[in-house]
Amino acid sequence: MKKTLILLLVMIMVIGSFTACGGKKDAGNGGDAATEVKIGINYELTGAVATYGEASVDGILMAFDEINAAGGINGMKIVPVKVDNKSDAAEATALATRLMTQEGVVASLGPATSGNFMATIPVAMSSKVPVISASATADEGVTVDAKGNVNDYVFRLCFNDSFQGVTMANFAANNLSAKTAVIIQDNSSDYAKGLAKNFKETFTAAGGTIVAEEGYVAKDKDFNAILTSIKGKQFDVIFLPGYYQEAGLIIKQARDLGIAQPVLGADGFDSPVLLELAGAAALNDVYFSNHYSSLDQDPMVQDFIAAFKEKYGSDPNAFHALGYDLGKYIADAISRAGSTDPTAIKDALASTKDFAGVTGTFSMGQDHNPIKSIVVIGLENGVQTTSVKVDPK
Amino acid sequence: MRAITKKNLLILVTILLTFGIVQTLLTVGIINSFYEITIATICINIILAVSLNLVTGFTGQFSLGHAGFMSIGAYVCAIVNLQMNSTVGFLVGTFAGALVAALVGILVGIPTLRLRGDYLAIATLGMAEIIRVVFLNMEITNGAAGLNGIPRFTNWLWLFVFTAGTIILINNFIKSSHGRACISIREDEIAAESMGINTTKYKVMAFAIGAFFAGIAGALYSSYFFFVKPDLFGFLKSIDILVIVVLGGMGSLTGSVIAAVVLAVISTFLQSFTAVRMIVYAALLVLIMIFRPQGIMGTREITDLLKFIPRKKDDRIE
Repeated sequence: MKKTLILLLVMIMVIGSFTACGGKKDAGNGGDAATEVKIGINYELTGAVATYGEASVDGILMAFDEINAAGGINGMKIVPVKVDNKSDAAEATALATRLMTQEGVVASLGPATSGNFMATIPVAMSSKVPVISASATADEGVTVDAKGNVNDYVFRLCFNDSFQGVTMANFAANNLSAKTAVIIQDNSSDYAKGLAKNFKETFTAAGGTIVAEEGYVAKDKDFNAILTSIKGKQFDVIFLPGYYQEAGLIIKQARDLGIAQPVLGADGFDSPVLLELAGAAALNDVYFSNHYSSLDQDPMVQDFIAAFKEKYGSDPNAFHALGYDLGKYIADAISRAGSTDPTAIKDALASTKDFAGVTGTFSMGQDHNPIKSIVVIGLENGVQTTSVKVDPK
Repeated sequence: MRAITKKNLLILVTILLTFGIVQTLLTVGIINSFYEITIATICINIILAVSLNLVTGFTGQFSLGHAGFMSIGAYVCAIVNLQMNSTVGFLVGTFAGALVAALVGILVGIPTLRLRGDYLAIATLGMAEIIRVVFLNMEITNGAAGLNGIPRFTNWLWLFVFTAGTIILINNFIKSSHGRACISIREDEIAAESMGINTTKYKVMAFAIGAFFAGIAGALYSSYFFFVKPDLFGFLKSIDILVIVVLGGMGSLTGSVIAAVVLAVISTFLQSFTAVRMIVYAALLVLIMIFRPQGIMGTREITDLLKFIPRKKDDRIE
């Protein structure tokens, strides 16, 4: 009994260590205060959402390398202090504390997901060091606290979930002329619930009807029961808020059952895994909102894609692009602040106007959310063929 | 009687010294706020491991649901604390959380503790998952997003009070006649039953006490890390706690304390080595398990090793 138990535990630990993908070697630390500026990078480099963290960090480091190669910020070299929070909220808090009180960073970037980012907010507020996330899209509890006060030292570079839900509802009603919709949402994810709520409100306000609302739980594999029940109903579009792991399977199973209506989703669809799971033949009439599109002919976007391919040998996704913008944004703010005092940097971050990034041009709003455009990408045979830019209202 | 007094005095002095030294280092600033987090993790893990040890190590009931009880404590304390933003609120929340956890422990324990070994492990695992899914779907717990902005009241004083309190209370329980009954169940359940011990009653008792202290650990956790969400208390969290217990030695409170400290120090030390940290951590566990399969301490306590303290022969049941 005891032996089996021990063997079991050892196996779990070993498997755990292999599935957690490794990060890259830490950049140098220490250095002269006058010629260097330390910026914390607190990301999920191992654990459940490591792909988001790794991609963001690749983008950030690419931006830092470009800035350093061009002479740094006002002559100061950026020294990134990279740490791995293991996709764990408590670890994110601990590392934020370490970065701010021990390493003496002037600002900290990340984590990528809303939950882990929220765990660093109280540390930022008490240490008075700005934290910025490029991808924490949760509506509540990020830049504004429960009482409605703005968290002074907290910023984000992405639109929030409600904006995506509203955009997709308008897209369904205006661009696809849909009158009726079915919602299939991931009940275990707050992200999906927020999107579904906002989609429903906007779509019904625009005169549409929600015919059915179905739910599933992350890691489900078989969706035939849900799909068979909606197959008999009359509807124009399916709204599918959730992540690519399940969305890929749902789309494939729906198309196999002969459900040919357009499928709408949000930035959770943005992964090559979607294509692997669904197969190219099933990915027709699929639309999702995203932070940026590689189809954007803006020279800045095309230059970024070319430079990224040269550096990393692959196509950048939205997290790479957001990370890159994040690196440029903090450097811009430090340069405008003209000092490495975290409070001055915070003020510079807050007063950002018309910052041109790969993921769109934005100004920082009163509530520390950026006012920026959103892109709706359309897929044909698994390939991104259309992109529609929607500006904020 | 005199020997026991002397021993208790020694324990008291050790406790006060530990508290005093760390408090001084904190005040002087040698332990900065980053290492303070490691200390908080250590204390919370000690409470979790010691309480699980009572169930798994001493009573011999293999439980994989400890994170579930921890989450109850964490959520109850967080909800109370968000309403009553004061030290009183924190203490009320902590004890409320612990009591609710104990209550759930009793409710779950009565049917499941009739199972043994692997079956019990699966039942407790299922229970922890049910608790997690309930929190995921409740309105008051804010679903998958969890509760954030929880005020921080957990500090070194409270961490120390609760950790020392847990160790002393569980140690006293084990040395009491109830505790001996629990140990007899571990050694041989049929023999214990034939001696007139109500095995289900004692198993449920150990389970409820374990759940109570797991609830306290959860409350300290939520009040220290500002933030709780259901994902934090998954299956792997239960495994983490079990690793501490097995590593320290099933049936040794000292072992649980040492293992909690050692693992936290290793984890903190490896923090700077992103790529290799999990491999090194796992390799260390494998090595310790190969060379000391009974755990660091086996079933011995620190007091067994300190030979210079005179003690009565029947002080402990080995």
